[in-house]
Amino acid sequence: MKIWVFAEADGDAPTSATLELCTKARELADVVECVYAGANAEALAGPLGEHGVTTVYAADPGDALVGVIGAAAIAALVDEHQPDLVLFAQTYDGRDAIARLSARLDRPVLTNGTALRVDGDVVTVGTAIFGGNTLVDTVFEGPKPYLAAIRPKSFAAEPSGGAPAAVVPVTGIDAGRAAEAKVLARHTEEREGPKLEEAGIVVSGGRGLGSADAYEQLVESLAKLLGGASGASRAIVDAGWVPYAKQVGQTGKTVKPKVYIALGISGATQHMVGMKGSDHIIAVNKDPEAPIFSVADLGVVGDVHKVVPKLLEALQART
Amino acid sequence: MNVVVCVKQIPDPAVPGELNPDHTLKREGKLILDESDSYGVEMALQLRDAAGEGEVILVSMVPNHEVSGLRQALAMGADRAILVSDDALRGADALTTAKVLARCVERAGAVDLVLAATESTDGYTGTVPAQLAELLGWPSLTFAKHVEIEDGTAKIQRQTEAGYDDASAPLPAVISVTAGVVEPRYPSFKGIMAAKNKPVDQVTTGDLGLGPDDLAPRQRIVNVAAAPARQAGEKIEDDGTAHERIVAFLEELKVI
Repeated sequence: MKIWVFAEADGDAPTSATLELCTKARELADVVECVYAGANAEALAGPLGEHGVTTVYAADPGDALVGVIGAAAIAALVDEHQPDLVLFAQTYDGRDAIARLSARLDRPVLTNGTALRVDGDVVTVGTAIFGGNTLVDTVFEGPKPYLAAIRPKSFAAEPSGGAPAAVVPVTGIDAGRAAEAKVLARHTEEREGPKLEEAGIVVSGGRGLGSADAYEQLVESLAKLLGGASGASRAIVDAGWVPYAKQVGQTGKTVKPKVYIALGISGATQHMVGMKGSDHIIAVNKDPEAPIFSVADLGVVGDVHKVVPKLLEALQART
Repeated sequence: MNVVVCVKQIPDPAVPGELNPDHTLKREGKLILDESDSYGVEMALQLRDAAGEGEVILVSMVPNHEVSGLRQALAMGADRAILVSDDALRGADALTTAKVLARCVERAGAVDLVLAATESTDGYTGTVPAQLAELLGWPSLTFAKHVEIEDGTAKIQRQTEAGYDDASAPLPAVISVTAGVVEPRYPSFKGIMAAKNKPVDQVTTGDLGLGPDDLAPRQRIVNVAAAPARQAGEKIEDDGTAHERIVAFLEELKVI
């Protein structure tokens, strides 16, 4: 079994989602290789090698979208190298790449995977549906390579002490008109504290907050005080109170912090699938029947506007 | 400016989902417009109106002849719809969906722009917009949280892990929009009445030139199981001191 991983970078290092996939691939396959579209592939070769990758096929996307060039690079290489399975992280660029490649190679995709098994030539992808209450196993049929996208945080990244991966440049990639989509400028939104997916404490807010102002005053203040990250339910992302990047749930991010604090979140299935894997869950909600209480280790039936200001005050008094 | 919007009619997400014995999603009840798609519809209406000419054309597919979700989008102000209604589409995967929608876009006539949500609320595979673009041979701008069209070029703010990118592509192109990109309008009474008479072109996969080979599933569900349930813990009513219990709990966990 030969598994390829579509590698993504955060600055000069592979993303944690990439390393998670490489670690899992190493467990399942004899050969693990990466395809990368981006700058400074040499810098990634060390950490990727440590996680079991022997070769990185590297393409320069220029100012085109990374997923578009990544897909075209993989398409250019598959005939020669015959990977059995290509893995993508369920990220913005990962989704672009798997989608483009799927149409180009005429192969179906399985996405939102949270588990992966290989038995001989059979590849099984596990997904959680209906808010994580039901687990579905699906196998690929038809010709290889199989294409799967896995949600970040599904596996743990562990180095195995391998030598740096060999970097093989890929040139002459033809993405067609897709390459006409260009990145003009990059904006980094300032973030205090840890990343949402990597934070040990996540404080999320929902419609029960009542307003975007309350999100800032209650959710963001509490996250900051606890050294955590702030998240959101889909309802308030749809309402435009907070950006999509903060959304926790089925159509957003999966988080597995040590402590998840849900403020004014009722616990729609859409949300629960993204946070049920947290070690400990605290929920504050007015409605005693809210589904969030069915997964909370500590549930407080009360008004977030009363409970949280007192909580902030009590925590501030400790510092 | 002619804008196609991909819309999906889905079971009410507030009702707990169920699977059929063949592992396809139950869709027996009334289907509604996926709320995620209302942003694309609104965006298309604004772009058409700003251009002062053109049409907003909905494309959608269902295994039955359901149109109630489409009527919602027509009531918002879309001009017409192409609905692929075919039992052969039951359980269709994302690539098959993209193939069907690509044929619909070609059927729609001269199209400048295709808009779609980033993913549907029920299936959420999340790949259809870029698959569709690849099949059409068009550029795609995905995860747009702001969209502008000027002189035949689309400019968007594309959501990224770190913030956002300014990105552009010449038309025709496919753009996927995130929720909250615009504020969807509520249909007016006049709009609801007008929607009843707007043309819905109902076609089968055969009409689009797709045969059984194009639609054959290439993945198979082999197991469905209940996930291990998480146990509810302590539940208290706030009597003005609940914050103290939360502080104590955080102390027990040694995070403060």
